[in-house]
Amino acid sequence: MRRISLTLILILAFPALAAGAARDTKLSLVAYSTPREAYGQLIPAFQKTAAGKDLSFSQSYGASGEQSRAVASGLDADIVAFSLAPDITSLVQKKLVAKNWANDKWHGMVTRSVVVFVVRDGNPKKLKTWTDLLKPGVQIVTPNPFTSGGARWNVMAAYGGALRAGKTPKQAETYLAQMWKHVVAQPASAREGLQTFLAGRGDVFLAYENEALFAQQKGQPVQFVIPKATILIENPIAVTSTSTHKSQAQAFVKYLRTKPAQRIFAQNGYRPVIKGVTQGLNFPNRPQLFTIKYVGGWAKVEKKFFDPRTGVMAKIQASSGG
Amino acid sequence: MIGRYVVRFAALGYLAVLLAAPVGYVFWRTFRHGFWPAWDAVTTPDAVHALKVTLILVAIAVPANTIFGVLAAVAIVRHRFPGSGIFNAVVDLPLALSPVVVGLALLLLYGRGGWLGGHDVVFALPGMVLATMFVSLPFVVREVVPVLREIGTEQEQAAATLGASAVQTFRRVTWPAIRWATAYGVVLTTARALGEFGAVSVVSGRIQGQTESLTLYVQDRYQAFDEVGAYASAVVLALIAVTTLILMTALKPKEETR
Amino acid sequence: MAASAEALPAPKARRSAAPGLAIGLSTLYLSLIVLLPLAALAWRAHGWDAITSPQAVSALKLTVVASLVVALINAVAGTAIAWTLVRDRFFGQGFVNALVDLPFALPTIVAGLTLLALYGPKSPAGINVAFTRWAILLALLFVTLPFVVRTVQPVLLELDTEMEDAAASLGASRAATFRRVILPNIFPAILSGVALAFARAIGEFGAVVLISGNLPFKTEVVSVYVFGRIESGDSGGAAAASVVILVLSFGVLLAIGGVRRWATRHDR
Repeated sequence: MRRISLTLILILAFPALAAGAARDTKLSLVAYSTPREAYGQLIPAFQKTAAGKDLSFSQSYGASGEQSRAVASGLDADIVAFSLAPDITSLVQKKLVAKNWANDKWHGMVTRSVVVFVVRDGNPKKLKTWTDLLKPGVQIVTPNPFTSGGARWNVMAAYGGALRAGKTPKQAETYLAQMWKHVVAQPASAREGLQTFLAGRGDVFLAYENEALFAQQKGQPVQFVIPKATILIENPIAVTSTSTHKSQAQAFVKYLRTKPAQRIFAQNGYRPVIKGVTQGLNFPNRPQLFTIKYVGGWAKVEKKFFDPRTGVMAKIQASSGG
Repeated sequence: MIGRYVVRFAALGYLAVLLAAPVGYVFWRTFRHGFWPAWDAVTTPDAVHALKVTLILVAIAVPANTIFGVLAAVAIVRHRFPGSGIFNAVVDLPLALSPVVVGLALLLLYGRGGWLGGHDVVFALPGMVLATMFVSLPFVVREVVPVLREIGTEQEQAAATLGASAVQTFRRVTWPAIRWATAYGVVLTTARALGEFGAVSVVSGRIQGQTESLTLYVQDRYQAFDEVGAYASAVVLALIAVTTLILMTALKPKEETR
Repeated sequence: MAASAEALPAPKARRSAAPGLAIGLSTLYLSLIVLLPLAALAWRAHGWDAITSPQAVSALKLTVVASLVVALINAVAGTAIAWTLVRDRFFGQGFVNALVDLPFALPTIVAGLTLLALYGPKSPAGINVAFTRWAILLALLFVTLPFVVRTVQPVLLELDTEMEDAAASLGASRAATFRRVILPNIFPAILSGVALAFARAIGEFGAVVLISGNLPFKTEVVSVYVFGRIESGDSGGAAAASVVILVLSFGVLLAIGGVRRWATRHDR
């Protein structure tokens, strides 16, 4: 019968597909979602170098936390590249990444960015500083920091911004609570957040510069402002300890920090981790830029702010939710 | 009578607004600039890979569920065994379950730390196959069972007394009676397998070319602001759906058509 | 039906392998594919605070209410559509009949995308319901459309018009005829369709995920909440929430089945 022949054809096609996959050494890259286009350019560029000649790649992109948990639950990976360091340290705890993954010149980081305010055309509410966000009637959209690991950058940027403005830690926490009262939507991921904002919700969307630039490159009507005091986002990369092609994987990671590779990252909206590749591109300096260390480092911050039961943000969410 | 026209107008209007307009609009948007831009969007390596993944899922799930469907229908109707009531209810479960729950169940069973964990099932193709098999399981059974009930066992028993083996009886007597119902069930199974999204969302590793099905690809393109890509892939799926619809209409059991 | 099967006893010896094989194989398959994963789900469900948290309760309430509303709308719309397909005659009726099955055939993510295109931020008609609760209703109405139609249609087809003619000849208005003669006959079918629509709506994910915005406390349905729990690494809590939805939809199916049996008790 027709049905059986169709099935037979499909089953026979299977080996052909499988055969296509079995050649060269294959490295699996598991990354968060935004650098997909960047890696789409970086991998072919790497394959043109001597180190990358006989290597092929399988690539998986998704939300940073989701990908991290996927790797923890069994997703095969030689190289992991996430949005923030805690998504890698959780793999260290599961013995999937070596403890010393960040012991190099770049502290394990491969790209950078900053937290920005995406605003409506012309910035009608004139939102430039963190205090501006508390103006009456201002509606904020930010990804949910409990489902979007990357959204934690937003929270720490706000907190650090308050510290920079001279507040004490306690007052800065109060600032967070006040700011959260203005949050009208907390979509699950950064990408969804941008779409929510572009669909008309809110006056300001807390985003990462590279996300905003990506949207602009895709023709979306995005305008953003970088507050004076903002956090330096640093995106980590590591070779897994379960990798069976460690030296090749490390060669790839090494390549990613060379000038040509960092230039590609920069062209895709990321701030580089090395100097001298940003000619012609605009990555403004911010006078009160700070890093996660300024607000205590991830280990402390994760516990204090983002513990699902006792964290500062958990309490703020619970009191303002519903 | 006015009443007839009111009901007709209301019913057709409802269908137009809810179904026809959105689907038609996406078709229009996709082909607005001509056929070739849409074709380009749908023949990118990623899109082609996604289609292949979807077809592999269908190629495994549909035959498996068809064989199971016929066997189970025969078991339920002809060989009423203790627990067949529960068996029947479990077969219907996939219809009542949220696909995300299905994915989660598979994740808990086959993921690291699960009872059958550590064997490259979830976040790989096998996991997606299992998810697809789960959600498309009931259809052949549900279509064949009523037919088996209706035709009764007289002919099969006659065949048996004439010396036919079980296989011969099945091939010569039972199968011809249930084959159209089975075909209809196969069409429903295929449609469900093609359209699976929620369960594969959970168990897919989103590995391009390996575990990104076409439905996941549609979502991915949409989230990357690639409207053209999202719509074009959606149209591919919709075209397959329309083909399925035509087959469904042609094969539908008589008592439901005019 | 089974009674007629007793006319000739089946020769047992020859048939002994086949039933065992059919039952055994299909039970094995069913257990592996369906039961085992669900057992793992039930076993690993813990962290019941995942279902008592404000966000979970909000998602549950929203989902149940939306599904109820949708089921009720379907009761009316579905019956009307079934009526038009059975009792009316117009050009293109066959096409409309086939169209009703589209939500069965179309992938849910595609359904969501089409609704988003026409009724979202880039709507050419200027109707934007994205990221609101209306979007959830819209998406659920789309995917549940066929249920009531397909359960009522065969009953309407079979319905003898004699009773309606009798009622008319006795002077009953069309509305009264509908209420007193037709409705009681199709009511069990409507109930079945409503139950199926409700169970389907509670678990819907793909159609809702793009258009609703998934905003916690506002437009987050329970399947999206479960997905979020999985993403947050709380698979125990996700499993707990899943068990709740499972019990809910299964319970509804059983309850309506019971009501159906009660409603048709005089027919048996």
